Amino acid sequence: MTNTEELVKQLINKHGIHRNSLLPVMQGVVKEESYLSDEAMIEIARGLDLSAADVYGTASFYSFLYTEYKGKNIIRICKTITCKMKGKHKIVEAIEDHLKIKKGETTRNGKFTIMEANCLGWCHKGPVMLVNDDVYPEVEAEKVVEILESYC
Amino acid sequence: MKSKEFKRVDLIFDCDGCQPIDVVKKALKMSRDQVIKSVIDSGLRGRGGAGFPTGVKWKFAKEEESDVKYVICNADEGEPGTFKDREILDIVPNKVLSGMAICAYAIGSKEGIIYLRGEYNFLLKPLNQTIDIFNNSLSKIGLDFAIKIISGSGAYICGEETALFESMEGKRGEPRNKPPYPTKAGYNGKPTVINNVETLVYTSMIINIGTKEFVKLGTSDSRGSKVFSVSGDTPKAGIHELELGLNVADFVAEFGDGDTKAVQVGGASGFCVPRKHFKETIIGFEGIPTGGSMMVFNSTRSMYNVLNDYLEFFEEESCGQCTPCRVGTQQLMKGINAVKTGEKSSDYLDQLLRLTETMKIASKCGLGQSVANSFSSIVTNFREEMIY
Ligand SMILES: Cc1cc2nc3c(=O)[nH]c(=O)nc-3n(C[C@H](O)[C@H](O)[C@H](O)COP(=O)(O)O)c2cc1C
Ligand code: SF4
Repeated sequence: MTNTEELVKQLINKHGIHRNSLLPVMQGVVKEESYLSDEAMIEIARGLDLSAADVYGTASFYSFLYTEYKGKNIIRICKTITCKMKGKHKIVEAIEDHLKIKKGETTRNGKFTIMEANCLGWCHKGPVMLVNDDVYPEVEAEKVVEILESYC
Repeated sequence: MKSKEFKRVDLIFDCDGCQPIDVVKKALKMSRDQVIKSVIDSGLRGRGGAGFPTGVKWKFAKEEESDVKYVICNADEGEPGTFKDREILDIVPNKVLSGMAICAYAIGSKEGIIYLRGEYNFLLKPLNQTIDIFNNSLSKIGLDFAIKIISGSGAYICGEETALFESMEGKRGEPRNKPPYPTKAGYNGKPTVINNVETLVYTSMIINIGTKEFVKLGTSDSRGSKVFSVSGDTPKAGIHELELGLNVADFVAEFGDGDTKAVQVGGASGFCVPRKHFKETIIGFEGIPTGGSMMVFNSTRSMYNVLNDYLEFFEEESCGQCTPCRVGTQQLMKGINAVKTGEKSSDYLDQLLRLTETMKIASKCGLGQSVANSFSSIVTNFREEMIY
């Protein structure tokens, strides 16, 4: 059994063979493997007795369920107007400079992907950045490199 | 209509009043109908945006015959400019849980679920710990009800109640047709009460302080107080609980930076109030209702950029299920851009306004229907900024 097969099996055991388990199972795969590979989606479809197209169709709806390869660490910067007003572009530039990639891209070593996101719910403390589940409100461009280093 | 004076309130975050579990005990001493009557008489309306009377919703759910009923806490908070639910769940989670338990008792439910947006996953660990202890306390006081969390995956539309059910059922978060309403057929097709985080805390506070105390606050249309998420050009950005019924002028006097040009009340799906209307605009169901988002803009800001930002948001977050919303949001964005660059004449704005009217009538859910709010209030009040 490949690692992915093993992982999907474990997740389905934990959440149960039921359509309602689809999101938690996909979230579990993304947590471990950072995205849903074709293999993972086919495995999930088999395990939950759904069509692979249905699994893909559901995954593709959600911005946190990636169906394409992503870095180990996902950086999300809020792009809503209030964070814009607080200078979120400086944060994006600092990260792009440091990682040598643009928004939406993944570093060659597979460690980071940069993305922009809609309102992250920290408008009083913009600009805000999420790295995986960790939140960095009122993040400063000078501190960004240091923060990212802690994920290396 | 006369507005209320500016007044701060401290019901939601106050922790000296009592233990949330004691409020549940207090409710258990009342009959189920008494609990529901208290919430109805309080005049409390949903704090998630739509403003449906909470007690009436509970009554409908109680009247349904079913072995399985659900109480769902909507913590998908995604409206741009809103962050109060996160703060409530972070600081006073027990109060939210007590509201869910009281509702469960009133309607006869054994299962409660918090749908927490994926962006707030950092709350999962502390919240799960609090829930474990709370569930334990509930069984000790003899209420057969347990709460758990389900995580979202980054889709604003899943805050719409029926899309939220679809998502919990492992499907794309596409809103359903209504009726049937959730109180008849909600999650898993069973009778469901879904309430916003803040609404649930108020139900618990109403049981705690009594209906009589609660109705002293607010106006006949908008009872009680409300937590506002204040952001933008303000020296006092943050969470503020205020009595409902105040006008925008008083709000700006407190939160403005002395140069406020406009306030966006209710986030991207709300309305933009320009300076000339501050005085006459009441914040509440008799004027402009809000889920709590209050974005303050001063005269250095371009309202074109603000509108463009909102439209981009809608275009990205539309579930794409119905054409007026999916295509309409795209056309509006292209349209204001074409006017700005001079590719289209300024009259084109009127055509776009008509398009938003169509979207209001023809869209299936609140997302597509409410695009007209910010679009028409910004385009009408700041027309010159759209053109030059
Ligand atoms: C597009 C859209 C997004 C919504 N997002 C939320 C949300 O994030 N949180 C929320 O409580 N209600 C949201 N609502 C409102 C819910 O559909 C529902 O009315 C609400 O959860 C009911 O709770 P309440 O009566 O306590 O406000 C949204 C509605 C729409 C149309
Ligand atoms: S109005 Fe928009 S978000 Fe709502 S169902 Fe239609 S396409 Fe989806």
